[in-house]
Amino acid sequence: MTDKELKLKSVFLRKNLLKYIYKAKAGHTGGSLSCTDILNVLYNRVLHVDPKNFHDPDRDRYIQSKGHCVEALFVTLADRGFFPESNLETLCKYQSHYIGHPTKKVNGVEQNTGALGHGLSICVGEAIAAKLDKKTHRVFTLLGDGELPEGSNWEAFLAAAHYKLDNIYAILDNNKQQITGAISEVMNTNSIREKLEAFGWSVKDVDGHNLEALEAALNHGPFETGKPNFIIAHTVKGKGVSYMEGVIKWHHGVPSAEQYQLAQNELDQAGALI
Amino acid sequence: MELDVIVESDLKMGKANQDVFSETLLDLAGIHKNVVAVTSDSRGSGKLISFGQKFPEQIIEVGIAEQNLVGVAAGLASAGKKAFAVSPACFLTARALEQIKNDVAYSDNPVILVGISAGVSYGALGTTHHSLHDFAVLRAINNLTIVAPADNFETELAVRFALTLNKPVYMRLGKKPMPFLSEVNKTFEFGKGRIVREGNDLTIIATGETVYPAWQAANDLEKNQGVKVAVVSMHTIKPLDTKLLDKLAANGRPIITVEEHMVHGGLGEACASYLFQNGARNPFQIMGIPDEYTVTGSQVEIFNHYGISKMGIISKVNELLVSHKP
Repeated sequence: MTDKELKLKSVFLRKNLLKYIYKAKAGHTGGSLSCTDILNVLYNRVLHVDPKNFHDPDRDRYIQSKGHCVEALFVTLADRGFFPESNLETLCKYQSHYIGHPTKKVNGVEQNTGALGHGLSICVGEAIAAKLDKKTHRVFTLLGDGELPEGSNWEAFLAAAHYKLDNIYAILDNNKQQITGAISEVMNTNSIREKLEAFGWSVKDVDGHNLEALEAALNHGPFETGKPNFIIAHTVKGKGVSYMEGVIKWHHGVPSAEQYQLAQNELDQAGALI
Repeated sequence: MELDVIVESDLKMGKANQDVFSETLLDLAGIHKNVVAVTSDSRGSGKLISFGQKFPEQIIEVGIAEQNLVGVAAGLASAGKKAFAVSPACFLTARALEQIKNDVAYSDNPVILVGISAGVSYGALGTTHHSLHDFAVLRAINNLTIVAPADNFETELAVRFALTLNKPVYMRLGKKPMPFLSEVNKTFEFGKGRIVREGNDLTIIATGETVYPAWQAANDLEKNQGVKVAVVSMHTIKPLDTKLLDKLAANGRPIITVEEHMVHGGLGEACASYLFQNGARNPFQIMGIPDEYTVTGSQVEIFNHYGISKMGIISKVNELLVSHKP
């Protein structure tokens, strides 16, 4: 896939996740749009995962700690061939496996997540196991900035550094908003870099919508040998749809027919400019 | 008040069940290199110090952080390790309940959760250190086998069985030395209650460390009153051995359940729920810790206070036999 195709893929994924949120009349719209570029880069440039042999023990792991942004994950997995996209027609429908949070019933999903503050501890276990078995695969998680106050994250931050798990890559979707409002007002988690460095992590800041920058950070070996890797991806909640960007109500807002069409048109125009 | 001191010449005394757990795990870790113990500053109370010395690569310490303990164990299990997450039952099943529910049970990561010093084993350390809720909360979680072995025999086999099950398990262990309860019944399987005494006048269904006082009571009743009481170690709380319950209820005689757990949501209510919904109408009494601030004292003192003792169970049996003469 060329760089241009990768950029177009982000537009396609945004259009698609909006389509299925619109159809299901449910979803975490703003956060899915903020992490779309991260997932695009992960699944198309970084992760060694095979849709036809997902359970290969040597695969890279991706555990989405911010499980509520499952729509971004589902459209990315469908696009990579983990399951037919038509399965998403059942999103949030009776007896569907395609529910509002990731479940292992869906090919490509590593863990059942959704309760916040769980992904990183599981990554620590996966990463220790990889080290014990002298395997070289890597372990990735996507954290929301709104989930950082969960204390379990900080237990896991300690453990990852203690065990020198430089095979862990924790990506923070730093969109700066949560359901109640600005993160700085709800529970201030400022100075994340300093906090994580003090915990013994190696930290990089990237523009979370710059595909080249994301790829450079994520395809890097350990930033520092013996330290777990933390990527602060600076993102915009609702990215790609002008009236959603930075507007809290789109945390899990569902567009009306008119709004939906407007969003699709905007994304088409953005695609045409690539 | 008479205290039940653990001296009973009829039975061969063993060790604490959690000592047998750690010895068995040590043995298994030597054979299976994928066995790992995950501890939360609990290797001392979990008797895993020699394990850590012998297999330093197979013990993972997370510090006092039970949520991380269970999440890390889930990740290890997901990667193919046989992960035993060992922590005092009180913290493991309360502090880390969401990790047990989601990361272990719902995600189907085959962690063996080992709750040590369970029930009121910590005695005078008080309610913070008691686990009288664990059966209740864990029974309400799908995809989790719940086991409370009564004696050393059951404990060793439970550990070995859990290793091969490849499904989430919660094992509840105490720290008081336990006698071997039956030299006759040498069968053990998850989900199959173990009859440790036969009898037709009344049945006691007990679990974990309360099987022994139930056995003592039955022994005394037979010797001194000629009353024959069956005693079952219902070591697996979930899945419950409903076939055995049907069999035990069939004679219509009274049933008493005994557990080191609050009377709500544990063994007794699990048995009552099954039996009542399936037509049994046996006289039925649940013995356990009542819904109140737990009395202070040692485990034995707490047991005696609430009648979870030889004398307390004898009284309850006689009470039921008087009111329900055949």
